[in-house]
Amino acid sequence: MKISKSVLGAAAVASASALVLVGCSSNGAETDSSAAADGGSTGDAIIKTNGSEPQNPLIPVATNETGGGKIIDALFAGLVYYDATGAAHNEVAESIETEDSQTFTVKLKDGWTFTDGTPVQAHNFVDAWNWGADLANSETALNSYFFEQIDGFSWDESVPEMSGLEVIDDLTFTITLAAPNAEFPLSLGYSAFYPLPDSFFEDPDAFGAAPVGNGIYTLADAADWQHDVQIDLSINDSYAGEREVQNDGLSIIFYASQDAAYADLLANNVDVIDGIPDSAMASYESDLGDRAVNQPAAIFQSFTIPQELEHFSGEEGKLRRAAISMAINREEITDVIFQGTRTPASDFTSPVIDGWSDSLAGAEVLEYNPEEAAKLWAEADEISPWEGTFEIGYNSDGGHQTWVEAVTNSIKNTLGIDATGNAYATFADFRTDITNRTIGTAFRTGWQADYPSLENFLGPIYYTGAGSNDGDYSSEAFDTLIDEGRTSLDPAEAAAKFQEAQEVLFEDLPAIPLWYSNVTGGYAETVDNVQFDWHSVPLFYEITKQ
Amino acid sequence: MLMYVVRRLLQAVPVVIGTTFLIYFMVFAMPGDPILAMFGDKTPNQATYDALAAQYHLDQPFLVQYGLYMKDLFSGNLGTTFSGQSVGEVLARTFPVTLKLAAMAIALEFSLAVILGLFAGLRKGKLFDNVTLVIGLVMLSVPIFVLGFLAQYFVAIKWGWASPTVGSDTSIANMWLPAVVLALSLFTTSMRLMRGTVIDTRSRDFVRTAYAKGLPGRRVIPVHVLRNSLIPVVTNSAANFGVLMVGATVTEGIFNVPGVGNTLYQAIIRGEGPTVVSFVTVMVLAYVVINILVDLLYAVLDPRIRYA
Repeated sequence: MKISKSVLGAAAVASASALVLVGCSSNGAETDSSAAADGGSTGDAIIKTNGSEPQNPLIPVATNETGGGKIIDALFAGLVYYDATGAAHNEVAESIETEDSQTFTVKLKDGWTFTDGTPVQAHNFVDAWNWGADLANSETALNSYFFEQIDGFSWDESVPEMSGLEVIDDLTFTITLAAPNAEFPLSLGYSAFYPLPDSFFEDPDAFGAAPVGNGIYTLADAADWQHDVQIDLSINDSYAGEREVQNDGLSIIFYASQDAAYADLLANNVDVIDGIPDSAMASYESDLGDRAVNQPAAIFQSFTIPQELEHFSGEEGKLRRAAISMAINREEITDVIFQGTRTPASDFTSPVIDGWSDSLAGAEVLEYNPEEAAKLWAEADEISPWEGTFEIGYNSDGGHQTWVEAVTNSIKNTLGIDATGNAYATFADFRTDITNRTIGTAFRTGWQADYPSLENFLGPIYYTGAGSNDGDYSSEAFDTLIDEGRTSLDPAEAAAKFQEAQEVLFEDLPAIPLWYSNVTGGYAETVDNVQFDWHSVPLFYEITKQ
Repeated sequence: MLMYVVRRLLQAVPVVIGTTFLIYFMVFAMPGDPILAMFGDKTPNQATYDALAAQYHLDQPFLVQYGLYMKDLFSGNLGTTFSGQSVGEVLARTFPVTLKLAAMAIALEFSLAVILGLFAGLRKGKLFDNVTLVIGLVMLSVPIFVLGFLAQYFVAIKWGWASPTVGSDTSIANMWLPAVVLALSLFTTSMRLMRGTVIDTRSRDFVRTAYAKGLPGRRVIPVHVLRNSLIPVVTNSAANFGVLMVGATVTEGIFNVPGVGNTLYQAIIRGEGPTVVSFVTVMVLAYVVINILVDLLYAVLDPRIRYA
């Protein structure tokens, strides 16, 4: 007994000092080996970047969040791909042709294979889309709404094969839409439209854990995906596309916080990150120098004033909406609160989209103009006097509090009315009240485009009855212009129609545009050729490692 | 002794049932719809929504949900996360990491507390005592995220002595910094307990007797004073160990440790009822077992304590 007691204390002391010793010595060894790797010519140019654990199985149509999306985009190649400017180029497609913007004939390039060796053929696209669109799979296929334009799609019953898709031969298929849409081919680079190999349909669950793709990178072994930790992708030697990969692989490390990723970047432990934590906003440009990235993204931020909100409908509503918009000093808020990491909005889309313009008729309503704002508000008061508080609902778990306070202060000071934020503890709580239409105040809204198109910022949000039309806006003029743009055969004419539709929005202001989010990021001294694409993800394949 | 252990384990049964019920109820009562949150700013179509709600039994009343969950739990099925992984696997992956971090932190904390506390007690009122008191109070009062960020910035980034984050490499060599941070934030209470008991023990009759017998200090201090002063420190360190097992959420977040705290935090944010409850159930069990082990350890330290 006696021996064991004295051993106890001694063991504790010994183990503690052993811990410290082990810590020091092996850390030293680690530094040495990484130094060797930096200067070495081993060819192990693995790019390390930040990410998060996918929240859904790794199936293209099941992935609707950025953590999984980043991986899916590396693993698969679609009919078209988008370059850094957002322009679409044919990838697996040889050609996509149409005469009426309703029926599209897609011809595939020969020679593409999946990493399991099977060829990429027309049926791989058609089967994948049919599976994703089938209501029977909707608990997995979270992105099935992408197929709703295709003829034969149904939200009411299970349709195993949509009538709008037809395989002509191994390398040709046709797509028929329920209604013409000239911008449809632009959307074909989105992940929901990726092809799937035959093995997927035998066991979708197994596929979700060990996906087989045709993209630039591949998940060589399911064990390379360490859940909640990181995923290691290797180069896919059978990739047949024109994007030339400049490195030897991609490791996506899952971080619980942006702060941790940023700390790793400063220590050169990670090569590229696509998010700067709030705590480093003021210092990251001086920390990183020309390795800091700050450019507009395809993300549009606004707050929506519901159509039925008291005092905000009809002629009075138009005046009040314009007054509120002009009462917000966007320039100052983006400078002071966001340190220039937001760009004041001058329309309802984003500068990274082809066809964007900052000089649409009516856009002056987005400029800070306190005198005009007060005048319009007074005019509205003559129709029906204002009483109460103007509130903006937001979720307090997303870093929105500071700007909501700044915006409401700006409104309060300019218009002389009470204005405050209305905080919800969680995003889930916030969205529930919006979806049930029980929120009863204005509320924060944001939109990130799925594919680089003007229409994608407008139709899904402001078209009568559209899925994300949370403010229940409805305008015949707007709907007609969107329809005309969608059916137009000439892309330039279509863009003109969408811009005209935006001019309607400037009149009605169903949502008050605030700013475009910028993508903020940076890269370590270890890599070069870092370029962020239109949807704020680095073009990993271009990155070279020293 | 065996009877005692069995009795303690049986006592854990109502504790586990009570906590799962409470936690399940609280997750259920949390405002907001987890399915809507899965879709961000985009509203899912009703058909998609209904399919998901049915999959996670979210369309059922609370008691039915709880019943279905408990049925699965007793058949050994801890449920699946929203991403389709089995909660059992997630636990099996994250628990060892947290266990390792907690063990490292407590080993350090205990050693610091015992060594510093012992010398502070022996040199009561002297410089060493006062200096450790000041340092301890500073560590105790600085919030752990400040300590964590400072350590990360200076030790890891500025001086390059450690890796700023842990990530996939959860070896001791890679996790020593978060362990040190945790130990520093915890050791003060144990150290002061140690100091107090050492002072108290030194004035006891058996210590005076030992000296009177002519035993040298190098024998009296470790064998008579140190050993008899350990009980409150062991209790406190073990309680800390239980707390750390439940996940040092903040520290795990700062250092990106793929442990229980991190995972649980994400699950709570996403409103994943089954994941949260399964984690908590296992944590309650771990806490109970650790406390039983601590009680048994007393017998080793103090022969007067007997379990019947």
